[in-house]
Amino acid sequence: MELPEALLKIENLRTYFDTWAGLVKAVDGVNLDVRRGETLGLVGESGSGKTVTTLSVLRIVPRPGKIVDGRILFEGEDLLSKSEEEMQKIRGAKIAIIFQDPSTSLNPVFSIKTQLMEVIQRHQKLSKKDAEEKAMHLLDIVGIPDSKLRINEYPHQFSGGMKQRVAIARALSCEPTLLFADEPTTNLDVTIQAQILNLIRDLKSKFDMSMVLVTHNMGIVAEMADRVTVMYAGRVCETSVVDDMFAHATHPYTVALMNAIPKIATAKQELQVIPGNIPNLIEPPSGCRFHPRCKYAKPICKKVVPELVEVEKGHLTACLRWEEIQADLRKEREKAGRRRSS
Amino acid sequence: MKKLGEDVVLDVRNLRKYFPVYEKGILFSKQAGSIHACDDVSLTVKRGETLGLVGESGSGKTTLSKVILYLVPPTSGEVYFEGKDVVRVFNSKNKKEILDLRRKMQYVFQDPYSSLNPRMTVSDIIMEPFQIHGHVPKEKWSARMYELLRLVGLEDYHAERYPHEFSGGQRQRICIARALAVNPEFLIADEPVSSLDVSIRAQILNLLGDLQHKFNLTYIYISHDLSTVRHICDRVAVMYLGRIVELTDVDKIFESPRHPYTKALMSAVPSGEPGKKSDRVILPGEVPSPINPPPYCRFYPRCLYHIPICKKEDPKLEKIGKDHFVACFRAREKLE
Repeated sequence: MELPEALLKIENLRTYFDTWAGLVKAVDGVNLDVRRGETLGLVGESGSGKTVTTLSVLRIVPRPGKIVDGRILFEGEDLLSKSEEEMQKIRGAKIAIIFQDPSTSLNPVFSIKTQLMEVIQRHQKLSKKDAEEKAMHLLDIVGIPDSKLRINEYPHQFSGGMKQRVAIARALSCEPTLLFADEPTTNLDVTIQAQILNLIRDLKSKFDMSMVLVTHNMGIVAEMADRVTVMYAGRVCETSVVDDMFAHATHPYTVALMNAIPKIATAKQELQVIPGNIPNLIEPPSGCRFHPRCKYAKPICKKVVPELVEVEKGHLTACLRWEEIQADLRKEREKAGRRRSS
Repeated sequence: MKKLGEDVVLDVRNLRKYFPVYEKGILFSKQAGSIHACDDVSLTVKRGETLGLVGESGSGKTTLSKVILYLVPPTSGEVYFEGKDVVRVFNSKNKKEILDLRRKMQYVFQDPYSSLNPRMTVSDIIMEPFQIHGHVPKEKWSARMYELLRLVGLEDYHAERYPHEFSGGQRQRICIARALAVNPEFLIADEPVSSLDVSIRAQILNLLGDLQHKFNLTYIYISHDLSTVRHICDRVAVMYLGRIVELTDVDKIFESPRHPYTKALMSAVPSGEPGKKSDRVILPGEVPSPINPPPYCRFYPRCLYHIPICKKEDPKLEKIGKDHFVACFRAREKLE
């Protein structure tokens, strides 16, 4: 299969926060790309740098955060060299974002109409009447009934799921080429989550967008994404096609993460645990950042920072010992298979 | 598989909890209705088992658990714990009996950030129950406190620290240690892992499992995360708008759910396997308001299988098989 070209390419991105406690290296050398038309799942626990990476692309990292190094190529142009004015033309128009919490990402003092029309009129030359019609049409698309009435309402009159629909409508209002969805369903109930995920998937193909889905839920990734990038403590540890990742992950962190998730299809069994906690990013562990919690760690892991290497085409991993670990894992699987058959 | 005793620890009968809703009048506010947070709920929990309480937000899971512990008094209904009428004991104002019940039933709260007093050290937090219940002689307090810390996987030097110095997972361990300080028999864990990270979640779930094994504890485990429910529960009660709609063994709930809501809920959970993407039941609409719910089936407006009777009568929780209870008129039919 020929892989389509990269729409977004992040190279060696570093975003640091200079806090009173010290320099927090929230994103420290991230490399990833998003190809045209695909959904990339960006996975990691809290504090792994998923959101900061997203905010860096849009250049809306809150203070005291600063992008100190790297390149962000979008459609071949480096976003980091653009002026603020040029960025404003890109934000919302070409790259849009849906935030995690719909109740804080909508402004409570403006009606839905005002908030949608603001985006539309900023980027498109439409008359007030046309813009209003377009806003109404968007609400219809995202499945809000009685859009004529509800467009004049305020965010507090909407439920969580409905607010997220409004946020999606706002993100889509200028038909962006790249959509970031930052944990779009984390605050929603399971049945509503299913509705929203379906909606996002349908709209993605309808508007022909590429999407970066930021989440910590592997289940959602399995369902929605084409490729996955796993982050840990500000760095990428593995990138691959989603089926590959679930079938044979190579990085010890990914393997452990997969084993730590209770599976709905299998009954009770002891969950495998990742010992310890997520490291402090002011003084991250030397060498490989996962080494203090890794059961395969050797002295070399403490010294050398692993770069992303290719396991097979399109499957990258940042582990020094992935070949040995892979062999170990294969042996384990065979042993488990034999035990089951005997 | 652990052996479950036949002896019933908790017996809840027709429990109701309504919260009044007021409407502003010209001079006085008048009651406009009531939120039926928990409506005619009956269930039993056997010794040593884990009962999962599942439902979306607003379905009354937390209210039910708080009423069981009498943290909130019920509107009507009865709760029996080891044969004792909980409501009567608390109304009797007999301090000794009340403390005795409190000691046996404990609660682990959802959010470990807000359920620990920020101005108390960990040792104070864990020793406070000793002071209240007096079941540990004073000279053994600190020894017991260290024992509890180690039990939940914390170190001795953590004792003199304050809650803000801990991560979420560690705080949840402190909450569990505090709940265990009184040697309870019955523990309600209200979404104990929902605010924790995936890798930490597994640690806490395993800890809960180990402790249950060690002390023969009985749990009610509240969650909206169905994958963790499958992992630690023996039986599951599914709640919708203040009612239990289905109650059965954990395997049956996941493999052959009978209530249309349970079906939709189960299919809404991402399977965690790529490729399995299609066979999902998407429910239209949202959970309706629990203020003055209609006198017919509460799931009717969202149900894909409703028939005329669903809009006329309210289905009761009925037995349709061994240990399988469903509140649906069409529970015995095969619905496709």
